[in-house]
Amino acid sequence: MKLHHEKIAATLILAGLILLSIVIGVADINTETIVLSRIPRTMAAVLAGASLAIAGLIIQILVRNKFVEPGTTGSTEAAMLGVLCVTIFAPGLSIILKMLCAVFSSLVGTIGFLSLAKNLPNDQPLLIPLVGLIYAGVIGAGVTFLAYQGDLLQYLGVWMSGEFSGILSGRYEILWLAGIAAIVAYLSADQLTVVGLGEAATINLGLNYSQVMMVGVATVAMVTGIVVVTIGILPFIGLVVPNVVSRLMGDNLKQALPRVAFLGGILVLSSDIIGRIIRFPYEIPAGTIFGVIGAAVFLYLLLKRPSNG
Amino acid sequence: MITINNVSHKIGANDILTNVTAEIPANGITAIVGPNGAGKSTLLNLIGRQTTLNDGDIQIDGSSLHSTSTDKLALKIALVAQDVGVASRIKIKELIAFGRWPHSKGRLNDFDKEIVEAAMERFDLVDLKDRFLDQLSGGQRQRAFIAMAFAQETDWLLLDEPLNNLDMFHARALMNELKLLAVENQKSIVMVIHDVNYAARWSDYCIGLDFGKIKFAGATQDVLTAKSVEQLFQVNVSVLGSPNGIILDHY
Ligand SMILES: Nc1ncnc2c1ncn2[C@@H]1O[C@H](COP(=O)(O)OP(=O)(O)O)[C@@H](O)[C@H]1O
Ligand SMILES: [Mg+2]
Repeated sequence: MKLHHEKIAATLILAGLILLSIVIGVADINTETIVLSRIPRTMAAVLAGASLAIAGLIIQILVRNKFVEPGTTGSTEAAMLGVLCVTIFAPGLSIILKMLCAVFSSLVGTIGFLSLAKNLPNDQPLLIPLVGLIYAGVIGAGVTFLAYQGDLLQYLGVWMSGEFSGILSGRYEILWLAGIAAIVAYLSADQLTVVGLGEAATINLGLNYSQVMMVGVATVAMVTGIVVVTIGILPFIGLVVPNVVSRLMGDNLKQALPRVAFLGGILVLSSDIIGRIIRFPYEIPAGTIFGVIGAAVFLYLLLKRPSNG
Repeated sequence: MITINNVSHKIGANDILTNVTAEIPANGITAIVGPNGAGKSTLLNLIGRQTTLNDGDIQIDGSSLHSTSTDKLALKIALVAQDVGVASRIKIKELIAFGRWPHSKGRLNDFDKEIVEAAMERFDLVDLKDRFLDQLSGGQRQRAFIAMAFAQETDWLLLDEPLNNLDMFHARALMNELKLLAVENQKSIVMVIHDVNYAARWSDYCIGLDFGKIKFAGATQDVLTAKSVEQLFQVNVSVLGSPNGIILDHY
């Protein structure tokens, strides 16, 4: 009964926000703005928020650490490196091929971090995010260096503040692939939950540990690569949203994944709407707004004692 | 029966186990004893295929670890590790339900649910079933993992120092339950125990391990003597009689 109410409430909130997002803006409302700009922008925010939140949850499961997200495991930076290489060395490539390069290099970057994290003692939970920050920082430095060499620093700047104002139809649609990747992950929800219990429990139950890990890594890389190509960087979402849900209802992914997706979509879309209203007619990037909200929520969670379920 | 045939294991250049050959009889409790670092966990983890077996062969009721798939083995053997540190927040009832995975692959039917309930009752977890794993003490968490292994309904249960975090009451209760499982349900239990008196009191069969080699193996009352324990642990031991079995005094 309670569960039912929660579903209806979440759906209503999201639907309300979508409507709001479609009607708010500088341009006059007509069919053309709505179809070419408002709907793409709105759906992009929902899809990116939902899939990034899921990617964050999955990378936390794979690393078995709650303080990581794709931006601190090298996944995001590696994806950027991929896109940048394409932009410099093969500028004519279609967006799909660009995306594939981003996904592939994100895959390599994530696997690199996982093999690094495997050798770290797991009795010190803060060591993993620290090493992750350094690892991501090193790849990020490579990105900056390459951008500098290629005279693309400005391009990089736009990218760093994930925002949705440039989203138009014809470009955002590949974000649906990120949504599909998230659904595929949902099909493996139980297996991923078991992997979250550790390698020993996974083997014990007869599951193939590395196979499930690969499903997870592929989802993270897919989502990260696609979001980086279409929107840029939206930090914090993959960190904050899964932690909120985990605090409230635990890490059983069958239940957690849909909630993480909804909350991610709702929060990012709200951030985008707030960013459009606050200094109307100017805009503040959704990534910036979310950074502020996200940091506050995260601090609150860190300081608050865990609930008793 | 578990047959361990000429198993050796190295980590780097160190010999952890050397030419271990032993037979562990079915239906009963087998205790593995030995000093810290003897290789007890390593041996148990090899049997439970947690560690890849490179040298030698292990057969579980005739199925070789080399030729049996991991999901088939999950129906034969379940292991509870020495330290079940858990980062994941899932509820106790969910954890135990995952024990049914090898049978149900996530779709629990009424029978599966009955087993899960029975496991929670058997291991005194009913009051804790809605708690998250990270809200339990070490001992409670260990019991939850043992209940999960029980729900897996395998013939063989491997337990690595299950008494470690338990108070006297729960240690006794657990041994009682395990004995019942062995006697009434024909389960076979292999456990690493560091307290030789628990081994003496509760096990039917005993294996002594030191520096990766088997020092003795056989029926507990035959092999677990003051002399063998003195040699194994390098301490002075005297035997005190007791109506429930021998007590080895080494304090
Ligand atoms: N990862 C490792 N690297 C090096 N040596 C190890 C490792 N794990 C265990 N060992 C060594 O293997 C030996 C056997 O360990 P273990 O089987 O855990 O002993 P026990 O359970 O009998 O206390 C010990 O000497 C231990 O130091
Ligand atoms: Mg041990």
